[in-house]
Amino acid sequence: MDETRSEGMAPPSVELAVPGADEIVINMGPQHPSTHGVLRVKLRLDGERIDGSECIIGYLHRGVEKIAEHRSYQQFAPYVDRMDYVAAVSNGLGYCEAVEKLLGAEAPPRARVVRTILTELQRIASHLLWLGTHALDIGALTPIFYCLREREEILKIFEKYCGARLTTHAFRIGGLQYETYDGFEHDVKRFCDDFGTKVDEYEQLLTGNRIWVGRCKGVGVLTAKQAIALGVTGPPLRASGVKWDLRKAMPYAAYDRYDFIIPTGTNGDTYDRYLVRMEEMRQSRRICLQAVENIPTGPIMAKVGKVLKPPPGEVYHSIEAPKGEIGYYVVSDGTTQPYRVRVRPPSFINLQAFDTMVRGHLVADVVAIIGTLDIVLGEVDR
Amino acid sequence: MQAVLQFLNANMWPLIDALVIVGVFPLMAGYVVLLERKVMADMQARLGPMRVGPHGLLQPLADALKLMIKEDIIPESADRIIFWMAPVLSVTAGMLAFAAIPIGPGFLIANMNVGLLFILAVSSMGIFGIVLGGWASNSHYSLLGALRSSAQLVSYEVAVGMAMVSGLLLAGTLSMKDIVAAQAEKGMWFAFVAPVGFVIYLIGSVAETNRAPFDLPEAESELVAGYMTEYSGFRWALYFLAEYSNMIVVASVATTLFLGGWMRPFASVHAFDFLDFVPVLFMLGVTGYCLYRIPKQTGWDQKFILAIFAGICFVIAAALGMVFAPPLAFLKVPVLGAFWFIAKVMGYVYVFLWVRFTFPRYRFDQLMRLGWHFLIPLSIVNVMGVATALVLHRQAGWSSWVAFPVLLVVTILLAFWLVRAGERRDQQAARSAA
Amino acid sequence: MVKRFRDRFGEAVREAWLDRKQSILVVDAAKLRAVCEFARDSEKFDMLVDLTAVDWPKREKRFEVVLQLYSFAKNERLRVKAQVADGEPVPSVIFVWPAAGWLERECFDMFGIRFDGHPGLKRILLPDEWQGHPLRKDYDILQQDEAWVRENMGIESGQ
Repeated sequence: MDETRSEGMAPPSVELAVPGADEIVINMGPQHPSTHGVLRVKLRLDGERIDGSECIIGYLHRGVEKIAEHRSYQQFAPYVDRMDYVAAVSNGLGYCEAVEKLLGAEAPPRARVVRTILTELQRIASHLLWLGTHALDIGALTPIFYCLREREEILKIFEKYCGARLTTHAFRIGGLQYETYDGFEHDVKRFCDDFGTKVDEYEQLLTGNRIWVGRCKGVGVLTAKQAIALGVTGPPLRASGVKWDLRKAMPYAAYDRYDFIIPTGTNGDTYDRYLVRMEEMRQSRRICLQAVENIPTGPIMAKVGKVLKPPPGEVYHSIEAPKGEIGYYVVSDGTTQPYRVRVRPPSFINLQAFDTMVRGHLVADVVAIIGTLDIVLGEVDR
Repeated sequence: MQAVLQFLNANMWPLIDALVIVGVFPLMAGYVVLLERKVMADMQARLGPMRVGPHGLLQPLADALKLMIKEDIIPESADRIIFWMAPVLSVTAGMLAFAAIPIGPGFLIANMNVGLLFILAVSSMGIFGIVLGGWASNSHYSLLGALRSSAQLVSYEVAVGMAMVSGLLLAGTLSMKDIVAAQAEKGMWFAFVAPVGFVIYLIGSVAETNRAPFDLPEAESELVAGYMTEYSGFRWALYFLAEYSNMIVVASVATTLFLGGWMRPFASVHAFDFLDFVPVLFMLGVTGYCLYRIPKQTGWDQKFILAIFAGICFVIAAALGMVFAPPLAFLKVPVLGAFWFIAKVMGYVYVFLWVRFTFPRYRFDQLMRLGWHFLIPLSIVNVMGVATALVLHRQAGWSSWVAFPVLLVVTILLAFWLVRAGERRDQQAARSAA
Repeated sequence: MVKRFRDRFGEAVREAWLDRKQSILVVDAAKLRAVCEFARDSEKFDMLVDLTAVDWPKREKRFEVVLQLYSFAKNERLRVKAQVADGEPVPSVIFVWPAAGWLERECFDMFGIRFDGHPGLKRILLPDEWQGHPLRKDYDILQQDEAWVRENMGIESGQ
């Protein structure tokens, strides 16, 4: 049968081909300081060049989608935080909005704006952690401490708001449970004011640095065509030149009110992904500053009732999480428990591009490429 | 017995110097480790070791004790003799180099007229320790790491050696003592006369000691774990000690060759004689700061240790101050010189630490490319430039204020050209590979 | 747009409707790949966003393979579904969008749906030797646990 290949691009190889005479297969085991979780990577090497790779995942599979079928809609909400545990608030936003769509409800304006602020703060926090660990993998020992110091401020705001720093369960289906605390606007504004200079400091430390550029430019190139064909979303897609962000294309929460740009790159290499994420941090700060000026008053919870029984049907709703597009496909059969919840994990699909990106590079680039994809194994495996 | 006493009598000063140096330098290496941790913490917005002794001052002793009582693990299939010997070789090479380092005009163990060559040769022996350690571990990742490390060291030896040659041309002698004397005579540290040589030496010495940004062979987050992986406990401590001793040796050589050795800044300008008081005042300042911090320590044991430390600093300050008394004036240059020497070595080491925590790591091929394509051509040009400037100065009678700056400009221009040529070559390679 | 699909594929397009403002198209499983190629080439749905399945054990064709497609040019989403019975293979769309590689493997892992033409269909999230397909509605985790304990530890589970 004639097979039409998509623009001459071969599908990613599933299994590592048997090594040739001069090749060896080495294993970066599940426990490794730089694989950001339990990821196993098998590399087929010719000398120091990588000819092929295979990612073996599933070490953190917890059966979240199966659990969803045995919990009520509200009971399942804390579980979604645990997937991308670095950016729990975005996961929660996606899920709550998906179920709200299923119910036909809409969160009130005040809730939407507060949700936007918290999600953008979470985006900054997630990118800060990414920057720290990525720099650490490449050898710069200092940025991680500065990044964690800023992230600490954001986590303090989360703790004051909902009691938890990491797995926040900040939003409820229909809006928010907690009113913003006294001083919320002040804290957010103070953080954003400080953060502007800090981002510039990080840029100064890394962006022009010859060694950093040498380690990142040209490493892990993903062209726009490859990225779209592989389903890559988020900063990697934007760094490859595709100007697309769900916050502008299909606005959700309160994003249509605010003014921000979408940074894109040109080459789709590690350096561009770095620049895109740095600029995204700045844009998130901009959104927060605009939002916090003008939080509308009013109720924080829509009238959805205590027991949620959405009419039968299905919905797919996705948002722009820090890692990419996180989507929720929720199927309801009319009972209080969802019939099927499918989470479209950005890290899982971005990780698929790893094989394409790593071929032809040296072993020392593997950690740089894993870092630049910004994967969280909790989301890859669910 | 008579022969022994005679020997001791004849070689009294070198023996005393040897005891002091062998006793003090390992301790200094240990405290350099603490210094590194404190400087690292400071750059990373945190405090560093604080608990073991006030402000972590007893940390090196605690670490040494811990490493000594740790279980000695030897991999089953490792070659026992070589496994034992490799770290010993590294440490010996590092320590032996201390023999020729002059801390003061009379303050050195062996006054050889080929002192610099001796140091260069002996510290190159340390590479054996690395390769044998990697091989004896019987793990092919360790061996690969060791081979990479030794390849890096050997490559940068060339550039470092050439940089040293440019300094030697200015000094005219290999004897460490006479090199410093030559700088005193010239009235200017060689770092200012041949700055390119100094910078090449700086970069090369960072690579020589396997320090970041050239520490890929021993970095933890890389795949190949490095030659030290199978070593634990005291053996690992020996390797670690060897690395820090190497740092001090390399810093000492740089200080002697480029930074004026034991001379104080502006040694030949008598208007600056007040700088002679700086050592005493500095040590008194340190003592005063320690005394100031004593009440803020928690617990009487911390206070006690800090008081002892303050006492030691005061004794040093007194020793430094005593030389101003007329009967001891002949000791002025050696004693104050020792202070300046150690201060310069510490400054150089601080630059090492600073660089480590600022820059990311070079990938191995980029590292080798930097050494071979950039540093070696630049150092060759530097040597030729210094030689030319010297000829122009001595033979053609050009003033040294003209000859050397001209050389500097020419070398810098060439450096830029080399860098641009390298980038052009990289672009071409990328284009042909794409 | 549905009209264009119907024109091209006729009978293969079973149903088409909007649920909560999202377009859904149900097609025959056998024609799935052809429909996808048409969607990608003519209708400009260039990204496969997600590929999954839902288990409706009471239906005759119990599995519903669901593909979410997105078009950058039109800023539109489309959901394509195909219904398959247990054991019936589905043509793989990996050569239409390489993104399907791991997504189809996950579908196979969780539901046991085989994809014809996939170069290496093996389990992705669960260990290779796992028995059963967890996301099926009749999957019994307790039974798995008891079987494993009995086999590996020689005792009764007691759960």
